[in-house]
Amino acid sequence: MSTAVKAATDRPLVIGGREFGSRLMVGTGKYADNETMVHAIEASGAEVITVAVRRVDLDRTKEEGILFHLDPKKHFLLANTAGCYSAEDAIRYARLAREAGFNEFIKLEVIGDQETLLPDVEGLLEATRTLVQEGFKVMAYTNEDLITALKLEDAGCEAVMPLASPIGSGLGLINPYTVRTIKRRLTKPVIVDAGVGTASDACITMEQGVDGILMNTAIAAATDPVAMGGAMRHAVEAGRLAYLAGRMPKREIAVPSSPTAGMLD
Amino acid sequence: MPNSITVIVNGDERRFDDGLSLIDLLERLELDPRGVVVELNREIVRRPDLGQTTVADGDQIELVHFVGGG
Repeated sequence: MSTAVKAATDRPLVIGGREFGSRLMVGTGKYADNETMVHAIEASGAEVITVAVRRVDLDRTKEEGILFHLDPKKHFLLANTAGCYSAEDAIRYARLAREAGFNEFIKLEVIGDQETLLPDVEGLLEATRTLVQEGFKVMAYTNEDLITALKLEDAGCEAVMPLASPIGSGLGLINPYTVRTIKRRLTKPVIVDAGVGTASDACITMEQGVDGILMNTAIAAATDPVAMGGAMRHAVEAGRLAYLAGRMPKREIAVPSSPTAGMLD
Repeated sequence: MPNSITVIVNGDERRFDDGLSLIDLLERLELDPRGVVVELNREIVRRPDLGQTTVADGDQIELVHFVGGG
């Protein structure tokens, strides 16, 4: 493991004044069972774990909530506002989450379209402003548009979370250039959220210099989620290290690696 | 005999005795107050206030908790 190198050259990830031990954040949705979820999260090494707020199912009250399976002392629970299609709804869910939860962080989603689950940036900005005023530390799920990202930072977001590609699509990082631009122009951490499909996607995303990745389906929907959790852990670390190491320039002609001098006549 | 009231809990009509507090309501539904957040007519009722808040006929109550999500 290259952990020693990483520790020597990298700075810790800090969001909203809190330091996090891993640059990989994972969701808890879509797992076949809770045991697989717990082992996959373990294998991923993620500290930040996202959860959603939903009605208690009154006909199945004996079923334990997700907190029964996740130790809040070990994990940092980040509530989301997934499924909200207006600023008003997202604000309502955020308030409920804060009441249920353990911290003032919220992964803010205001969705604008059912088919693509792309964000409604107007609603997102509106909700951000209200929630920041109420003392929330907002991490906003957004598209890969620089202007929106700048406005979100200006509105007081603690992290901006552009997508790699649509939620649950597994298409990987479609537009590295825009994500790199957002990272270069923002002061607050940039966490890529959604769209990563496999380990190489995570690695390429981290190589752009972003501060972290949040993913759910890529791990949960893998044939072996525990193995994929481990793969993602290595991919995020490898991508981060490669970014810090600084890659060689791309050339369209070959350059020999062995000396050209000293060849036999 | 206490009168009965009708309230909407998580979208469904339910009948309870009049004079019930939110803590009583959670107990009737076999829910642990530590694992649930209660919204009464779209206003969050904080945990310490659940015992002193009486449910009235026609109230809209939402009981939420954390579930798996991304």
